[in-house]
Amino acid sequence: MKISPSLRADFLTYLTGYGLAIVLTGISFAFVFYRLLAPEAVFAVILFLALIQIIVHLRCFLHISLKQSSRSDLQLILFSALIIALMVCGTLIVVLDQKARMM
Amino acid sequence: MTFWHILLGRLTWTSIAFVRTWRDPTISGIIGGGAAAVAVGGAVVVLALLTYLRAWRYLWTEWMTSLDHKKIGIMYMVVAGVMLTRALIEAVVMRTQQAIAINNQGIVAPAHFAELFTTHGTIMIFFVGMPLLIGLMNYVMPLQIGARDVAFPYMNSISLWLTIGGGIMLMASLVIGKFSTGGWSGYPPYTELAFNGGVGPDYWIWSVSLSSLGALMTGINFAVTVYKLRAPGMTWMRLPLFTWTTLCTSILMIFAVPPLTIATLLLAADRYLGMHFFTNDLGGNMMNFVNLFWLFGHPEVYILILPPFGVYSEVVSAYSSKELYGYTSLVIATMAIAILSFTVWLHHFFTMGQSAPINAFFGIATMLIGIPTGVKIYDWIWTMFWGEVRLNTAMLFSIGFMVTFVIGGMSGIILATPPVDYMVHNTLFLIAHFHNMLIPGMLFGVIAGYYYWFPKAFGFRLSETWGRRAFYCWFFGFYLAFMPLYVMGLGGVARRSQELFDPALRPWTLIAEFGALLLLTGLACIFIQLYVSIRERHSTRVPVGDPWDARGLEWSMSAPPPEYNFATIPQVSRRDAFYWRKKYDGAYQPADHYRDIELPKNSMCGILVGMGLTACFFGFVWHIWWLAFLGFAIALGTAITRSFMRDVKRIIPAEEVAAHDRRWLDRAAAARPISRHLELTPENEGLAKWQG
Ligand code: HEM
Ligand SMILES: [Cu+2]
Repeated sequence: MKISPSLRADFLTYLTGYGLAIVLTGISFAFVFYRLLAPEAVFAVILFLALIQIIVHLRCFLHISLKQSSRSDLQLILFSALIIALMVCGTLIVVLDQKARMM
Repeated sequence: MTFWHILLGRLTWTSIAFVRTWRDPTISGIIGGGAAAVAVGGAVVVLALLTYLRAWRYLWTEWMTSLDHKKIGIMYMVVAGVMLTRALIEAVVMRTQQAIAINNQGIVAPAHFAELFTTHGTIMIFFVGMPLLIGLMNYVMPLQIGARDVAFPYMNSISLWLTIGGGIMLMASLVIGKFSTGGWSGYPPYTELAFNGGVGPDYWIWSVSLSSLGALMTGINFAVTVYKLRAPGMTWMRLPLFTWTTLCTSILMIFAVPPLTIATLLLAADRYLGMHFFTNDLGGNMMNFVNLFWLFGHPEVYILILPPFGVYSEVVSAYSSKELYGYTSLVIATMAIAILSFTVWLHHFFTMGQSAPINAFFGIATMLIGIPTGVKIYDWIWTMFWGEVRLNTAMLFSIGFMVTFVIGGMSGIILATPPVDYMVHNTLFLIAHFHNMLIPGMLFGVIAGYYYWFPKAFGFRLSETWGRRAFYCWFFGFYLAFMPLYVMGLGGVARRSQELFDPALRPWTLIAEFGALLLLTGLACIFIQLYVSIRERHSTRVPVGDPWDARGLEWSMSAPPPEYNFATIPQVSRRDAFYWRKKYDGAYQPADHYRDIELPKNSMCGILVGMGLTACFFGFVWHIWWLAFLGFAIALGTAITRSFMRDVKRIIPAEEVAAHDRRWLDRAAAARPISRHLELTPENEGLAKWQG
């Protein structure tokens, strides 16, 4: 079977994405497992790596780039971002507010 | 580790309901054993009947392995009907208990009562509400947008079988083991290992997980379908309202269901792997479960209520013989509700320890939802205004909904005020409130939609007489069953009470009991209606397919529709496309030429994945690890194998399509057009006379 160049390019992005995902996950685990930093700092590192991970997924697996993304793609991403922001920020506010009474 | 332990995990003799009844022959024990007997007996009778009728092959090839969205939709509804029957009977048992048990033990023991409200709530939400609506959306939405199927037919089948798997688990819990006693919300720490070592919470965790996985996939499936498979010209503002609500519900499912799955899986991690996400000590925080659960739970009620809003929009417009009033405002209101529903979840735990400003914020956000909902009610009323309203079963349910739902909305606004909520939370007032929303808001809508689209799906109409009887039972039954609960709740009676202590409550509990029985009669009427309608089908056939002189594309083909839905994909140029086609004589015309149609082949992969995961989760519940492993291997193996299959489509040749279409057109040409006031008579063959 002949592999067309576009198929090849596709395959390469998937492979890059897969590689990056594994590396990013590996680093996170390593920070926890080998206790490389203080717990709070580890939190920050994992949060940062997770955000990069999201970008990797969007770029390599969902093929969303800034240039050719169509309007509906953009709308969907903005909408998802809005809802996720609502849920994540809401959770943080609520749970942190309760913290004093949870002790 | 003995051999038996490896084979059967935690299962022992005393796990079997009948053995328990034998050892504990109290009334409560006998009720439990009786329920198990009904479950086993029902299963045996169905299996025997299928074998006797030699229906297995037919069932397997035509239904269980089918990827046709119409058949999958019908299967969803059948499953939901069975579950509804069980949950409603449980409700009657609970009401009976509260009517009897005033200063005595009544008929069900405390733990048994707790199981009853847990299964009732879990079933009603996950295995009645969701499947009824998913079934309806599955059937109708692709027809409304001019599509041949949903975007991912195979995933649709997996979703169905995951849902059925969850239902099977709930039924199994009647016979082997016990279900959770932690309520439909399953709050830890009560559901943690330390307080609840048995299988109950595990049954709850895994059956809800199955349902939530299915719902998530359905949400993705429907959203992609509406985004990608609309017929040419079907722009956003031309979508029928039911499709709009389907889209919004799907989006809610995509974003709201994962928090639930996460919450139940983290709880499972606590119970199985010794984690401490929600325990009281070692860093756990049970409030995060509550938070995650209601991040799901509040949007969930809109998942349940938006599609019926769509149904009412279609039904009211069709039976008022008028264009829907305020289409744009209805679309905006639907979207607004969908987004606002992510900003109010905290109203389910006002009393659980936040500071006042946070409560105030969520209280106000909650009240805001009243605005778009009010807009909708006005739109429906204006749609009826000056219309030629036909007061048939579906309209009765719609009007009954409007009247009743507004009352429930009012009590919702009351509950949204945090100081008031401090007084009535956890009382029967809350129970009355949400049944006041869900019974008219969800069940009435499903019944109306069922009456409206049934002739499309099966080619004959439903009995009007029994429909009306059902309506009177449901409508008055609702008021009798739940208005007393408002009174008792304001009087301070706690929800989930197995025993009451004030003899003055007796009149109210008796009225509520009578109401619950009336509701059960209403359900019986629905089943009798189906039976009677099947018997009388020869005089109610509507093969031409437009029995109600309706407006959307779903009425533009024969009833029942061919498996490919549309002989040629329609071109849409306005809202209410079929109405305009009828107006300009474009309906019932042959196409210029017909093309081959590609449809998905039947596949047993869906059922294998679904049942594999069910077996896996059942193994988890009982710690039967080999079964868990086997089930998971089957599910995963099937999913991987299927992804390598290439021969998954089949072609319906153009000649066959053309021949079918010609037969239908001949039928339409031979039919006599009837005017609307004759639509409930045998004259109605599904061809409407043009009346503007
Ligand atoms: C059709 C007639 C129905 C009747 C007679 C009925 C009756 C009841 C009763 C007696 C309770 C227990 C109240 C208590 O805690 O003291 C209850 C709880 C509940 N019902 Fe219903 N119900 C009906 C329909 C529904 C429907 C349609 C839904 C949802 C779609 C639903 C969802 C629930 C839920 C979530 C609970 C709370 C369970 C818990 O406490 O964890 N019910 N119902
Ligand atoms: Cu809510």
